[in-house]
This record gives sequence, structure tokens and C-alpha cells, in this order.
Amino acid sequence: MSAALTDAQKRERIARRVAKELQDGYYVNLGIGIPTMVPNFVPAGLEVIIQSENGMLGVGPYPKEGEEDPDLINAGKETVTEIQGTSYFSSAESFAMIRGGHIDLSVLGAMEVDESGDLANWMVPGKMVKGMGGAMDLVASARRVIIAMEHTTKKGAHKILPKCTLPITGLKVVDTIITEMAVIRVTPRGFVLLEIAPDTTAEEVQKATGAKLHLEQPVRTMALD
Amino acid sequence: MNKVVTSIEAAVADIPDGASLMVGGFGLCGAPDSLIAALVRKGTRGLRTIANNVGVDGYGMGLMLEAGMIASHIGSYVGENLLLEQMMLESKIGLKLIPQGTLAESIRAGGAGIPAYFTPAGIGTVVAEGKEVREFNGRQYILEEALTADFAFVKAWKGDRHGNLVYRKTAQNFNPMMAAAAKITIAEVEELVELGALEPERIDTPGIYVERVVVSEHKEKRIERLKLRKEGR
Repeated sequence: MSAALTDAQKRERIARRVAKELQDGYYVNLGIGIPTMVPNFVPAGLEVIIQSENGMLGVGPYPKEGEEDPDLINAGKETVTEIQGTSYFSSAESFAMIRGGHIDLSVLGAMEVDESGDLANWMVPGKMVKGMGGAMDLVASARRVIIAMEHTTKKGAHKILPKCTLPITGLKVVDTIITEMAVIRVTPRGFVLLEIAPDTTAEEVQKATGAKLHLEQPVRTMALD
Repeated sequence: MNKVVTSIEAAVADIPDGASLMVGGFGLCGAPDSLIAALVRKGTRGLRTIANNVGVDGYGMGLMLEAGMIASHIGSYVGENLLLEQMMLESKIGLKLIPQGTLAESIRAGGAGIPAYFTPAGIGTVVAEGKEVREFNGRQYILEEALTADFAFVKAWKGDRHGNLVYRKTAQNFNPMMAAAAKITIAEVEELVELGALEPERIDTPGIYVERVVVSEHKEKRIERLKLRKEGR
């Protein structure tokens, strides 16, 4: 049962599975939260360059103690390091890269995703206003958008829905959803269940999902090594 | 030509109540801390600010918010500022949130003399409400207008008396576009260098965009989210 996993275990599982979507030579933008954990699981031998929308290409790991630099942060405002080949630029240049379609893959978190591929992740009216940051630019222009999120809310409410109820971040933008329970592709026919975690069943995944999951071929077990 | 102003106080002395003001920085990174602090001491009110964030509670632009100096704000992310989030939910401040890339490009356009441009960011969202939408090559785009301001506070690593500026690492962010988009740009520099000391091929902001240069009083920079890795990795 997925329910037996701690939050940290769920998040690590999701990040591990997202990492398997990476290809050598990709330029990738990672949102705040679970997506930020993805670099820890990049398969050996792949060279993937991480873009940070605050003006950096080639984001390295967190610094060792004593090497932190207030002038060197990622878009989550966390201290990071350079790699060999890093470049820095302005926010206008950074979003020219994004808007210009040069980012191969954008990985973001979500509050809601619906079967048209619509995404909501920036605001809960009357409760939470954080701002969209770069998310609207990213989803409008990245070549592929993967949503990395826990399958339901902490209270067990559905996040994968027939239609988003929260203010939209982008229309028809999501390609794939990766959760601790499943990998789901957004298609013109709606959600297609591609993979399920080893500790769940297709029925349980459907129960945790607010929209119909189509089964088009044998569902694979999520690769998590 | 000498744009160097000898005191932070003098650099901000003529900013009137109700002015529009761009403030550089991404969170606390690359933010003009000394200029913000001087304006808080001066107590200018009714400001219409444009900045990606509004500092954090108790620091940077967060101090302007606490002092009630900001009448309205245009930005893209306010998640680090509970006070602002609260003020917005209670409609105590005019807050306009726009996509970060639209913020950056609108300021760039403002400085470059381009009154408006089309972008796909925000199609189908509240951002598009009331704006012209046009189709190009089968895709929809929103007409967004440029942003300019009366004053800009920018933060640079090094600067000279002509106002040529160089930024350090990710502290560049919104600073170069804001320098170009304001009538009066005031640059807070960590280090004032001799004319000719900056490599001409490596100048980020040419001096034409800068009216005043002043040396920062803040020797220590704050880190918003310290993240460290374990030794040995």
C-alpha cells in the first residue's frame, strides 16, 4: 500500500521516477519542491543541464558548509553551486530561453491537473496567494511538461480531475503526471494509465483519481531502482 | 562625468511621495539593501513599486511594506512575504501578479522603447483577462504592455563613475532591465572602481542607463534559504 510510505519516501519515489524521463543533452527546468530533488537521481553517464529561471544555466549541487554564496541561488532561493560550463544572465535572457522553446523539459508541482492537460498550481482564492512566478511562462513554452506531485492532497482529496477548479496556470500544457502511485499520460482521449507502483493496484489508483483512467495496454510496474 | 553620489541618503533624497519605483533582486539576492533602508528612513509614501518579490518579512522591501510606504505593487511571486499575502487577501494593497517572464520582458521592452509585445504566457488564465489576444502561426498570444518607472534601485557588484556596471553570479536577475527602464536609475555598488578598471567587453549595464552610483553600506548579504550538502558527495 502506498499509504504506508512516509511523505519523504513518496517524494523520493516520485523524483526517482521523473529522473528516468531525462535524456542525455537535455536542458531542464525544475520547479520548487519535489522537482528540485530530481538531480539526485540522474542516471550515471547522462549529462543534463539544469536551467534556473533566476538567471543560471548549469546548476550544481547544494554547497558544502562554508562554500555557500548569497549571490548564487536557484529559483527556490536555495544556495547552489556552479558546475564546469555554468553561465549567468539576466531574467529577460532567462525567459527568452524559456519562451523561445529552448527548454526540453519542465518539471513542476501541481495542486490540480485535469484530463485536458490543464494545470492549476499558483493560487487558492481567499486562502493562498503566492504568485505564479515563472510557471505560466514555463508551461506555455517548454517542449514537454511533467507534473511531479503526490497523487492526492494530505487529506486524501483528488488532485487529478475531469476539470480544474482552481485558477489555471496553463491550458492543455501537461504531458505526463508522475505520482507515488502511478505514471499517467494526458492524451486527446483523456488520462491513460501507463505505470503503477509495485505496492498498489490499478483499482486503487483509480479510486485515488477524480477522473477516468483509461487502460489501453498492459499497465507496467513503475521502475524505481 | 561623475555620477558618484557620496551618501546613500543623498542618492534617494529627491524621490517624492507617489513615485513609481523599480527594485532589482530575486528575493534577497541582488537586492539594493542600502537604498531600500535609506528610503525607509526617509519615509517616502504612496510608492508604486515594481519588483519580482517584496523582500521577506522584516528585511529588504518587507521593511517598506511594514512601514506602509507601498500603495501598489507589480510582481510575480510573494510567497516569502506573509504580511503582503495577508494585506492582499484583505485588499489593503493594490497587488498585481504577472508571470515572471512577462515581468522581465515588460521591463526590458520599457527600457528599449517598445510599448507592447505578444507572449504566450498566461493564455486561458486570469492574466489574459481584458487583454488583446491574437493568433500567430496557430498559437494564441497575449498583448502585454511595457513597464517603465520614475526611479529604479539596482544592485551591482562593481561600478565606475560613468555608471558602467557588472553583476555577480545570479545577483544579476532583474537589475539590468530595470536600469534601462527608469528615468532615474540609482545603482548601489559593492565596489566603486577606477574608470577603465572594468573590462569593456564584459560590462553588463553600460553607463548610459545609470544616473547615480553609490557605494553600498551593507557589507553582509543575507541568504534566504541555506541548503548544504553532506561532506563527501
